[in-house]
Amino acid sequence: MPQMGATDTLQLAIDNLLSPPVLGFALGLLAVAIGGDLRLPDAVYQGLSMYLLLAIGLKGGVALREADIGDLVLPALAALALGVLIPLAAYLALRVITRLGSLDRGAIAAHYGSTSLVTFTAALVFLEASQLAVEGYVVTLLAILEIPGIVVGLLLAGRGMNREVPWGESLREVLAGKSVLLLAGGLLIGVLTGPTGYERIEPFFGALFVGVLTLFLVELGTLAGRRLPDIRGAGWGLPAFAIAFPVLAGTAGVLAGGATGMGVGGATVLGVLCASASYIAAPAAVRLALPEANPGYYLTTALGITFPFNLVVGIPLYLMIAREVVG
Amino acid sequence: MNEPHAHRGAVALVTIVAEAVVEQRLVRDLREAGAHGWTITAARGEGPRNRRVGDLEGGNVRIETLVSHATADAIMARLSADWFPHYAVVAWVADVEVAREDRYL
Repeated sequence: MPQMGATDTLQLAIDNLLSPPVLGFALGLLAVAIGGDLRLPDAVYQGLSMYLLLAIGLKGGVALREADIGDLVLPALAALALGVLIPLAAYLALRVITRLGSLDRGAIAAHYGSTSLVTFTAALVFLEASQLAVEGYVVTLLAILEIPGIVVGLLLAGRGMNREVPWGESLREVLAGKSVLLLAGGLLIGVLTGPTGYERIEPFFGALFVGVLTLFLVELGTLAGRRLPDIRGAGWGLPAFAIAFPVLAGTAGVLAGGATGMGVGGATVLGVLCASASYIAAPAAVRLALPEANPGYYLTTALGITFPFNLVVGIPLYLMIAREVVG
Repeated sequence: MNEPHAHRGAVALVTIVAEAVVEQRLVRDLREAGAHGWTITAARGEGPRNRRVGDLEGGNVRIETLVSHATADAIMARLSADWFPHYAVVAWVADVEVAREDRYL
């Protein structure tokens, strides 16, 4: 029986590779490689990211209404703990395998402590295509994991610096930023309006969703492709970290999901959340609070390496681990 | 012919091009330095350092403000102290002829 599971997962991994969003990402990468430009106009990019955030929030809110809040308590506490522990672990791991100073290590830790909405979304699309059920409250876990990692990373980076890191101001800006407002706002609207209200907006926010995600991933492919040359000169430690760390953090997430009573689908999603690195909320916060840190390191690892790795290999891998551990 | 200050108007145009992520904080500094108004447009381009996260947060912005020369000096001093060392920011000042110039002083 476990043998069957492994073959099954491999098949799912291949299906994942051939899904429109992942192929869209590859198209963006290819365009950069041959010198083309598939960047969306800036306003469209901003609009699409707002759409994705609100759509995820809305869907999560409707599901949250149906969910039993008692089931949410333990996974939420686990997510909070992971949100603090993962950036700490990233900071320490980087000290072992790279020569980066505490400033750049803290900056990178902030990214890996926070989460990537698009990776999360791709995981939901993948699990839905695999007909695996996911707990209704997982979007709440996404919201919980978004912030603590950034704060911990900034605090770590601030150690050994001569000046005070204005992390309070940065935190306010993150909280008032689009990603948190739209996600939390969407959740609230979803909870209030419920399935009946959602039915009326489903054609826009549900049926069109994977199409919009595909378009967005073409853009991300271009951005990631343009970041890749920056990795040269950073040594082997950083790329190794950008692949090995998500696997470790993702496994920790899956285990935590299993231990707190989540099913295979939910544990996979928690694993994906822990493995993913933020490249929207965290870069803005880090840029403002730690301008001395080099974006060539933190953006390249988060967007250029970890994001594609999770998209193609990580998501099926965390599902496989979840099947072993939970299923 | 070559008299730089002979036609110097009372109003200076300060133009700042910066990575979009710092827009709100820059505008706050402009206000504190004494600017009363500004125009912000989206901008594209590249600088010599290109160390930024601008791709994800909306590229660059171009901020233009009409102020007195004293305020322009204060703005440039503030930019030199707080912004040029760490962020992708360029700024220049030009003498301009402005209709209803007392509005900007």
